[in-house]
Amino acid sequence: MTLHTMPLDDLVACPQCDTLHMASALPSNARAHCQQCGIVLMTSQPAAMARILSLALTAFIMMIAAVSFPFLTLDAGGLRNATSVIDAVLAFNEGYAFPLAVAVAFFIVVIPLIRLTALIYALGPLVREQKPRQGARKAFALAERLRPWSMAEIFIVGVTVALIKVAGLAAVTIGPAFWAFAGVVVITVLKDQLICRYSIWEALDKATA
Amino acid sequence: MGSAGQGHSLITARDAGLVACQQCGQVHVLRAKVCKRCEGRLQSRDEDSLQKVWAWLIAGMIAYIPANLYPMLLTSTLTERSESTIIGGVVELFEYGSWGVASIVFIASVMIPVGKFIAIMYLAVSVQRKSKANRHERHRAYEVVEFIGRWSMIDVFVVAILSALVQLDTIATINPGIAAVSFALSVIFTMLSAQAFDSRLIWDADRTQQ
Repeated sequence: MTLHTMPLDDLVACPQCDTLHMASALPSNARAHCQQCGIVLMTSQPAAMARILSLALTAFIMMIAAVSFPFLTLDAGGLRNATSVIDAVLAFNEGYAFPLAVAVAFFIVVIPLIRLTALIYALGPLVREQKPRQGARKAFALAERLRPWSMAEIFIVGVTVALIKVAGLAAVTIGPAFWAFAGVVVITVLKDQLICRYSIWEALDKATA
Repeated sequence: MGSAGQGHSLITARDAGLVACQQCGQVHVLRAKVCKRCEGRLQSRDEDSLQKVWAWLIAGMIAYIPANLYPMLLTSTLTERSESTIIGGVVELFEYGSWGVASIVFIASVMIPVGKFIAIMYLAVSVQRKSKANRHERHRAYEVVEFIGRWSMIDVFVVAILSALVQLDTIATINPGIAAVSFALSVIFTMLSAQAFDSRLIWDADRTQQ
């Protein structure tokens, strides 16, 4: 079959170098790389969709716990200060730093929650083998576009550094929200590794047709 | 998965008169403007890519200057008030003997941002010169820059947590300094710069254009 008679849906172009490939069914647990630049074009993991959905649901619930419970508590000289994740965000709440408070709130709580909600919304019906919800494509595209701006994992490293800085000054108690937040980070990493954009777009296409 | 080109040669979507959606990989005829699958905007090449890259990069570099000159943290205890800059904070950690943490902060706040400035400049200049050398290495550099840039935010989050946690009236308080704002802006601007870079341009130098 020559290129001109091939349906466009059977072609895949590498998003990073524009090299054109013919799509073919992958054996399970295999990866297809771009022949020019070598990036992973698609992976095939059976049941990935159900796993992504369950991990996203878990992360969502843990994120709610992470923002509601005390995160860290500081004791020094008879004084005590309990901090939640929300307090960390509001630390920048004075004057010139206010836009930064908004940005930090988005990076560590709002954007991760938007991504999780969008994924659950887009993939939920697919797992149950139903038609995708209205706007499912927009939701999945949004979740992927926001990926670099979701910085929960960076926040947890920042917290560790802060703990070491403060350790000499006062006694710090780690609250339940800290562990919930760490859980969100681990689950999010596992979930993002399972996401193969190409397969999910294919699945969205098939479910609509 | 096979190449769509004849024999062993690789062809691009553009050479085949097609345009690929960078968001979902769907291929369309070249004149299509909006992806039929994910409704993303289609562009065979981002003609303004380098302009945007340079603009964000320069903004990021400018914001990085006050980030280093002004204090990140304002600490006041019973006996003293002190201010510490990015480098000052690293030195302090070294003096405590926390070598590991000091290196994390140094890598995240100094080496990664500066490395990123240099890497993006190198990528932009080499594309402008239509260089054909080291394409695999340059593509790798682009991937690393995209992946690692966000990690510079560590220091901003350290400041956020410290200033939320250490609020013990007269005994000790820590407040954020203006450098935290300019450092965060610098990181955001350079992330936008890296995202504006169209990596397809690296590979185009070697390709025949019609």
